[in-house]
Amino acid sequence: MIKKPFFGFGKPRLDYAGIEGLEQGEVKDIPLPGQAVLFVEAPHPTVSDVLFQVGDEIKTGQNLKVSPFSKATFTSTVTGTITDISKKTGYLGKTFLSVSIDVSETDQWDDAFSLAVQTSEPEKAGPYLNGLPGISDMDALIHPETPLKTIVVNGMDKDLLVTTQQMVIKSQADDLKEGIDYLKKITGNPKVILVVPPYLSTEAAKSGAQVQTITPAYPNSLPEMIMKNVLNQIVPAGTDCSSLGVGFINAEGVAALKSAITERKPPVTKMVTVIGKNEKAQMIRVCMGTPIKAVLSTLDIPLEQGDRLVVGGPMTGRSIYTEDMPVLQDTDAIMVQGKDQLALNADDPCVNCGECIRACPVNIPVNMLVRLLENSHYEEAAKDYDLLSCIECGLCSYVCEAKIPVFHYIMLGKYELSLMEKAEESVNG
Amino acid sequence: MDNRKLFVSSHAPYWHNGSSIAIKSYNIMLAALPAVILGIYQYGMPALGVVTFSISCAMIWELIMNFIMRRPVSIGDGNAAVIGLMLAMLLPAATPWWVVLIGTFLAIVVGKQIFGGIGCNPLNPALVAIAMIFLSWKGILDFNEALLNYELGFPMTYPLATLKYLGVEAVSEYGAGALLMGCHTGGIGSTFGLGLILGGVYLILRGLIRWEIAISFLAGVFITALLFNMANPDAYAGPVFHLLTGYTLIGAFFLATEDSSSPVNFVPMLLYGALAGLLTVLIRNIGAMVDGVVFAILMLNLANPLLDKIRPRAIGKEMENA
Repeated sequence: MIKKPFFGFGKPRLDYAGIEGLEQGEVKDIPLPGQAVLFVEAPHPTVSDVLFQVGDEIKTGQNLKVSPFSKATFTSTVTGTITDISKKTGYLGKTFLSVSIDVSETDQWDDAFSLAVQTSEPEKAGPYLNGLPGISDMDALIHPETPLKTIVVNGMDKDLLVTTQQMVIKSQADDLKEGIDYLKKITGNPKVILVVPPYLSTEAAKSGAQVQTITPAYPNSLPEMIMKNVLNQIVPAGTDCSSLGVGFINAEGVAALKSAITERKPPVTKMVTVIGKNEKAQMIRVCMGTPIKAVLSTLDIPLEQGDRLVVGGPMTGRSIYTEDMPVLQDTDAIMVQGKDQLALNADDPCVNCGECIRACPVNIPVNMLVRLLENSHYEEAAKDYDLLSCIECGLCSYVCEAKIPVFHYIMLGKYELSLMEKAEESVNG
Repeated sequence: MDNRKLFVSSHAPYWHNGSSIAIKSYNIMLAALPAVILGIYQYGMPALGVVTFSISCAMIWELIMNFIMRRPVSIGDGNAAVIGLMLAMLLPAATPWWVVLIGTFLAIVVGKQIFGGIGCNPLNPALVAIAMIFLSWKGILDFNEALLNYELGFPMTYPLATLKYLGVEAVSEYGAGALLMGCHTGGIGSTFGLGLILGGVYLILRGLIRWEIAISFLAGVFITALLFNMANPDAYAGPVFHLLTGYTLIGAFFLATEDSSSPVNFVPMLLYGALAGLLTVLIRNIGAMVDGVVFAILMLNLANPLLDKIRPRAIGKEMENA
């Protein structure tokens, strides 16, 4: 945990982990587990509607449509038999379908994928590409609401301590070129910019794309900050980068596109930074769907009652309740905090110390905002105190002297506002 | 019940920079120590009595209010102790015990707790108490009268009172060095200029007080006093005299910078400090009172919510069409 230096006034400076800082430079391979779990985001899935059932055989690379009422599909990363289908609710009330698979020993590949990527018709390839490592929403790039002018390939990790994307740039720089070419082909030839930290610019140049470097200080790799610092565009509050015709994809996703089209098989493994209790990071390559429990036991990282398990990094990750949660396509990091290392919140009120004001990268009056949010005045918070300008970096909570969960309040406020909007829409028809 | 391991869950971030209200309070007290110790050294046991009694009373009032208002016990955060210490630093060593008792009541209960406790006080609690004592009892805060029986080897007259009633000539005997080293009368912890500056610089470097407020307050005092002095050197004392006498230094580093009653945005902090400095010298030079720091800071405390509306536009916020 980076603490405030003894002497220091002004903004906190948090540097991203450099790729050279890794203790084990090698990427460790995690063996395929006996049981895999796949998650697919599906709005209001009902288990009875699902187009497959317990006992179905499933092949690696097979693309399955979830229900006749939704567009959601998922690609299996293992071969085996479905043993359980259940509903799960995630962050901000997102609903998922969780599919457990007993992995069989022999890997069988489904050939629909190779046919789909050969055609180079985005319509057909889209669903197959959605499940690739590092790609969470390919559809948003293939069918954007606002025509895409630029795609930013993010070679910088979203959070501190995480080195997944940097590792991809370092080790798979040659793959990026073909990946970017294919990406351009299926998205209507937008401009592609590769964003990397300065120390990876030589590797990044091999990709042939336009390379831009950013200072590796948090939160410069968040999309809104890249928009501001690299593209000189300000994302209006309450909208996202896609409304300005800019799409984002991780470097890992681009590398995965390359191997998908050259090998005609979807890559099923993904790179993950695992951060142990001593905050030492190591890189692993793991099959998506592997439960986190299996990852941690292979790496001999003990996890006990009272510890904290986080998917993602220390500033923006999500703490989870169960180690049965699998590694998903967007799991860039797994972090374990020992019970003696936890930073806990307190119930003191805001003392108006102003640290959040100094830390906020987008000039939100956090000291006033948190007073409104604590009292559930969400609409006023959005109107007068810039709730929707928040780019969700978490620095306000990190510096809060009263240890108020400011970031939590902000996300709750945004969520409640979105519910209010939905309710209004349904009333107005 | 399955015997699954339970994990501690919460929202991001999972890191904290380690700061806390208690750390801040204890460091403020630490920074104030040099000035307080010199005061106790100069005035002896009565000064020690005022300081310790004031801190204990403040903490007891806080505890009583915690019980009455059924709130969690909050003396552990050190804020009540800081308020008690600040109040003692402003009082003369010969303050009677009952004034300290009432003063801490005014600071903790009237100045802080009835507004909702820490973070909710619109005014600096120690200054609320000092202002009410000043307005209620004649002579308690008249340092010439209060410290009549002391002889410490330097002029036992309050420099600002001398300036007010006897003019610039009379204060020429106070050299900047003597003022810095605490060789003048005043509150227990408000005369040792060098100690206060060291404490203030320590707090600024550690990021525990907002430097913008302290620096702009001193600049406000300096520039205003300089302008008066340039306009009429015979009637108005020089800027250095104003910086080193009365409550100026303790005001700049310990009083104006109180978190809850001061602004947090950059421009408002500068305005707040500079205006408080300006008002201080105006009160001293052309106002009715001897020292202006107390009422100048209280006045700007009141203006704080308005001042803090001047803030940079959040990035991404669209301009509203009028």
